[in-house]
Amino acid sequence: MSMNILIAGFGGQGVLFAGKVLAYGGMLEGKEVSWLPSYGPEMRGGTANCNIILSDTPIGSPIVNEPDVLLAMNLPSLDKFESACVPGAKVFVDSSLIERKVARTDVQAFYVPATRMASEMGMDGLANMILVGRMLRECPALPRERWEEILQKVVSARKQNLLALNLKAMETGWNYEG
Amino acid sequence: MAEKVLMKGNEALAEAAIAAGCRHYFGYPITPQTEVAAYFAKRMPKIGGTFLQAESEIAAINMVLGVAAAGLRAMTSSSSPGISLKGEGISYIAGSDLPCLIVNVERGGPGLGGIQPSQSDYFQATRGGGHGDYHCLVLAPGSVQEMADFAFHGFELADRYRMPVMLLADGTLGQMMEPVSLDYGEPVTVEKPWATNGTRMQRKHNICNSLFLQPEELERENIRRYQRYEEIKKNEARAVSYEMDDAEICIVAFGIASRVALNAMHAARAQGKKVGLIRPTTVWPFPSQALAEAAQRCKAFVCVELSMGQMIEDVELSIRCKRPVVLCNRVGGVIPSPQEVLAAIEKAEKLGGETL
Repeated sequence: MSMNILIAGFGGQGVLFAGKVLAYGGMLEGKEVSWLPSYGPEMRGGTANCNIILSDTPIGSPIVNEPDVLLAMNLPSLDKFESACVPGAKVFVDSSLIERKVARTDVQAFYVPATRMASEMGMDGLANMILVGRMLRECPALPRERWEEILQKVVSARKQNLLALNLKAMETGWNYEG
Repeated sequence: MAEKVLMKGNEALAEAAIAAGCRHYFGYPITPQTEVAAYFAKRMPKIGGTFLQAESEIAAINMVLGVAAAGLRAMTSSSSPGISLKGEGISYIAGSDLPCLIVNVERGGPGLGGIQPSQSDYFQATRGGGHGDYHCLVLAPGSVQEMADFAFHGFELADRYRMPVMLLADGTLGQMMEPVSLDYGEPVTVEKPWATNGTRMQRKHNICNSLFLQPEELERENIRRYQRYEEIKKNEARAVSYEMDDAEICIVAFGIASRVALNAMHAARAQGKKVGLIRPTTVWPFPSQALAEAAQRCKAFVCVELSMGQMIEDVELSIRCKRPVVLCNRVGGVIPSPQEVLAAIEKAEKLGGETL
């Protein structure tokens, strides 16, 4: 079993960090993992994306050409990657930033107004983790009771005060009905 | 076993170099390898080492030459255009028989090219790169773990053979994160009686130099160096084989291309095709023996690389052109998809069928 995840959005939305949480979590769960960021000038204000693979067997290419899970955090990302998804893929859309619906009918779409929710809860910048929480309910790769341990590994020592907020964002996403 | 950590290839190789006893890093920033310098900038001051951002790539490689001559483990890193700038210094280091580690996290070329991953410095890396008759011993990692392991062992190889060792990576391997274990223990050190580290009035002074104005003397130096290269070809050529026991088609690929090729190999096997993979982990010396043996049993080869076709020349040389070799390549920072490799496998099957 392998899960090929693509997270895409604007630079600054925490796309790479969200990927790191999934990759670290996969590693702590004893899975083979890889994390590959887009890099270069497109990151400054443009689009950023990251490829994460969680697998039970050794990983060949770390490149996710055909995601089975897509987290789209802005319209250009959905436009660019929707067609690449495998049939049956799960597509998570930040519906506060993306007005259109997923056009394909052979994938499962989940709409979460993550940026608005984050803002309303005083957690600006944590829309990424809300989406990750929602995704983990549909794709149970990382058990909920281990989220805190995972975040401890990923959140840098001088930002440990943000750990609780990240956890809260993930739980908010998990609990979101819609 | 030590706990695994998730690290970028660029950072893992830097930490492994420190584990190998390297305390001198000189560099100049360039994408996609700037994390190497950033990592050393953070770590070296804490362990009494030297991190120095030089005024240019040329200055940095000559600082490496100086520290190497003094008998200490030194390294530099850059990406393709920066490695070209270092070419003169690398030639001087080889001509002075000095050990060091040079990391090339390749990007697309020629010229300033682009910043996305590439393997188009293969000729430059394996044929020397600078002027004169010389080689670097060139290691080709295929994972973040190997980025670290090859950096660690690279210093030992460099010291043992008194020559520059190059870690030939690409932007993907530098940027990606994978779990890595850095539990190396004590590094193996090599005596350096030739080092210019002070006579303490107890011996004749040593000289590290690449200038030999007497033609016969310079010829002797070159021939002696190439005798050493023959030893290296015998002892150090390495490759990893996958599913080669019954393979009829043999893929040859290194670095990130080998990772894509592995996906294609598994997909082909699932279709009942007998496909194997040979992944060179040294590209100079090239693992010719492994390929020559494969040519006895396989009917065709597929060479997957991120260049217009450079390693394919070594593949064809190794098998003495006994079997057809299909090139599967993308360039400029584009990486071929497993489907493209599968298409090349099908082409190789057809060509192989015709020749047998």
